[in-house]
Amino acid sequence: MIPANFTYHKATSVKDAIALSQTHGEEAKYMSGGHSLLPMMKLRFATPEHIIDISKIEGLSYIKEEGDLLKIGALTTQTEMEHSALIRENYPIFSDAIKLTADPSVRNVGTIGGNIAHGDAANDQPALMLAMRATVIAEGTDGQKSIPIDEFFHGFYMTALEPSDVLVEIQVPKTKKGSGGAYHKVERKVGDYATAGVAVHVELDDSGVCREIGIGLTNVSAVPMRLDRGEELLRGKKITDDLIEQVGTMAGEDCEPSSDLRGSEAYKRSIVNTITKRMLNKALERAQQ
Amino acid sequence: MKHEITVTINGESVTAEVDSRLLLVHFIRENLDLTGTHIGCDTSNCGACTILLDGKSVKSCTYLAVRADGAEITTIEGVAAEGTNHPLQQAFHDQHGLHCGFCTPGMIMRSLDLLKNNPDPSEEEIRWGISGNLCRCTGYNNIVKSVQQAAKEMQNQSETV
Ligand SMILES: Cc1cc2nc3c(=O)[nH]c(=O)nc-3n(C[C@H](O)[C@H](O)[C@H](O)COP(=O)(O)OP(=O)(O)OC[C@H]3O[C@@H](n4cnc5c(N)ncnc54)[C@H](O)[C@@H]3O)c2cc1C
Ligand code: FES
Ligand code: FES
Repeated sequence: MIPANFTYHKATSVKDAIALSQTHGEEAKYMSGGHSLLPMMKLRFATPEHIIDISKIEGLSYIKEEGDLLKIGALTTQTEMEHSALIRENYPIFSDAIKLTADPSVRNVGTIGGNIAHGDAANDQPALMLAMRATVIAEGTDGQKSIPIDEFFHGFYMTALEPSDVLVEIQVPKTKKGSGGAYHKVERKVGDYATAGVAVHVELDDSGVCREIGIGLTNVSAVPMRLDRGEELLRGKKITDDLIEQVGTMAGEDCEPSSDLRGSEAYKRSIVNTITKRMLNKALERAQQ
Repeated sequence: MKHEITVTINGESVTAEVDSRLLLVHFIRENLDLTGTHIGCDTSNCGACTILLDGKSVKSCTYLAVRADGAEITTIEGVAAEGTNHPLQQAFHDQHGLHCGFCTPGMIMRSLDLLKNNPDPSEEEIRWGISGNLCRCTGYNNIVKSVQQAAKEMQNQSETV
């Protein structure tokens, strides 16, 4: 399978990418890892006339803590995340997810920015971003802007990014004492997209009361989904087994899966219920360490 | 549209004109005649087309040749000098790590990257490490044994150097 013809451009900087995108308009697409975009082009689901390769732009691949934030450059590959000691030790929710994302060769190329910018509820990073209340930093014709994650995902493959916006950085709150997160997805076989997945991030105060909680769901809705009702129930309370049970039930009720080759709607609701409870327990355990 | 690219392939520098849409695997097999790199699924699932791009395993059916400009590529033809076997090749031979052999070049290229990052992997780490490479014949057990043998051999070699 060979993609339809297109013109290839290599961007040397973010500004260069934006200028190229403005010249070629709606028919141009950025490519970072290309591991979501190129398969779609080979199947002719996508036929952009111009590809702007942003993967060679220097300085967009980093993982660092600054102030209260963890900052991840958009071009950081999933393998770089996996190999980072900082991630492994302080942000195990990423390690949970990345181990279950595609396979090592795909992760060598696929970027964290691309995983989010693709706007696909089947990708794993969006649920983590919702759980951690990430901020997306994008650069466009009017300079840099910060987009709260709750305003980022607009629809099936649709995000808040304008066609010439380059996603440059992801920011999530730095791990602190009393915070912890966990992710798991059920997959038909290793490397498959999620049948369903759940990300949980929790912050406890000194007395063990839940100060903040985020619950994000993978591949059970058209748009990456936050479990609002479950978060509201837990916020400001000491999280008990009984509350966890209730939130699991809510997750199974509130998600919007459809029956497909990965499973029936009822099966997916049932596993969302189960994984939500497990991830709440795991995140709590990590928060209390 | 044509682009001129220069890549180092198995140690040799090659300059060529390629179409924007030419896939790296086609460049390797058809332009360079290096047919050890196979095409299985053509959908980035099977790993038969795995090569090393700047030392990292990459599925070359899902990479544009034009993006490899300036890169160093290693294919199965380049893992050992003509007439000799790389410890991984020897191990696949010794442990019967292949039946039909279709997946083997990809398995070996992937295992090279795995062993570079983790010279002494556990069985579980090997299984996760080759999870993007499918084999329809062996049932994987002998492939795992092959990677284990090669890991030992490569560690011995690096200790004696
Ligand atoms: C076999 C296979 C299995 C996979 N399994 C999984 C899985 O289980 N879970 C999972 O989460 N993912 C999976 N993926 C997807 C993989 O993780 C992708 O690499 C990743 O989602 C997209 O990253 P990319 O850098 O390749 O993006 P690209 O393919 O380059 O881009 C994707 C989209 O985002 C846009 N884009 C990319 N980067 C930017 C940017 N910086 N600014 C603005 N727009 C941008 C592009 O224009 C394009 O529309 C799989 C992929 C393959 C091939
Ligand atoms: S041919 Fe490239 S992964 Fe199967
Ligand atoms: S040996 Fe036949 S596919 Fe692996």
